[in-house]
Amino acid sequence: MSATSVIEMGDVLLVTVQGELTDHDAVALQQDLAANVAERSSRGVLIDVSGMEIVDSFLARTLHDIAAATELLAAKTVIVGMRPEVAITLVELGLTLPGLATALTVADGLAEFGDGVRPL
Amino acid sequence: MIAGTNQTVRDGLTEFLKIRRGDIERAWAATPVFTSKRPADAAEECAELLSGIRQVIETGTEEDPSADGFSAVRTVLGSLASRSAGGPSGSDRPDVTVLKAPLLRLWGEQGHDEDVTNAGALALSTAINTLRIAVLEIELSAGADTILSQRQQLTELSTPVIKLWDGILAIPLIGTLDSSRGQAATEALLQQIVAQQARVAILDITGVTAVDTLVAQHLLKTAMAARLMGAECVISGIRPQIAQTMVQLGIDLGEVATRATLADAFSHALRKIGMAITRSDNEPGR
Repeated sequence: MSATSVIEMGDVLLVTVQGELTDHDAVALQQDLAANVAERSSRGVLIDVSGMEIVDSFLARTLHDIAAATELLAAKTVIVGMRPEVAITLVELGLTLPGLATALTVADGLAEFGDGVRPL
Repeated sequence: MIAGTNQTVRDGLTEFLKIRRGDIERAWAATPVFTSKRPADAAEECAELLSGIRQVIETGTEEDPSADGFSAVRTVLGSLASRSAGGPSGSDRPDVTVLKAPLLRLWGEQGHDEDVTNAGALALSTAINTLRIAVLEIELSAGADTILSQRQQLTELSTPVIKLWDGILAIPLIGTLDSSRGQAATEALLQQIVAQQARVAILDITGVTAVDTLVAQHLLKTAMAARLMGAECVISGIRPQIAQTMVQLGIDLGEVATRATLADAFSHALRKIGMAITRSDNEPGR
């Protein structure tokens, strides 16, 4: 089972993915995030995938779609903390997710948004 | 040949191998296979080999290298194989076929009628030939084991991940990058990126002898995986000839940064993490 939590940090949304994300969960997350970004006019979305151990092509596409959708809502999406084995799997599947911003840690990811992120 | 060797011949052979045991062992101990051994060891090994041969003749399994008779003398065969592997190669190498001549000569002296002598000689030759196959099999498997362990050592040796600075890693790739070594290098690098929170990783291919499409693809995959994790990869140490080969092969490294030397890559990496090296004020050369 998976648990995703969305935390509001200033004008950035921090999404934490824990465990296996089913296709259904992924679609729900995508819709949820788009609604959240539009409602709060967030500047960015940080998706922490360090707790995610399994990835497939559908999930990779969903991440890409989330980034594209938030882009349209004037928010930047950064994927944070991808595990080495997950990264290798994605590359072997040919899903290099071009254009998607990535960062090692949540702190690095926040720095991607530059100044103006209000501290908690 | 098993069908052609009837029970009379088999009994005759078994009898012969039993009665003339001493003569055969003495004759064998004088052959090049055993002369390098101490006489006591040679005699013991000859006796073991002979009892193995007698067993396969008795049971009619002289054509099967995995027969009980041959497996009983595995240790002797193993020592023969290791000796021939360490010794000179080619025609000088000790060869168990030299055991055949004395055996057949002594069998000929038995004075059986012609049919029995011929059939027996055939069975004995077959047994020695199969013995030789068994020795070769052991030699081959010993060689394969050596190659495997050396490959493992090579894989371990060739992939040190070096920390150049806080947040900067380098992995010097050396020699030929086959898929297993390349994969080991990639895994080691990605693990260290997480462990050390490295923002930049330098893949240095100064020591790589040749870059073909496979190696290039591997470098590219490593760079992509690192990017997905939030780190940047820089490829350094591309020698002029290799650069030309890569262009001729149509290899495109895409958006991956490349630098000529490790030093250039390092200064690029420092800039990426917001660092710069400056000359200190009290440096004497200033």
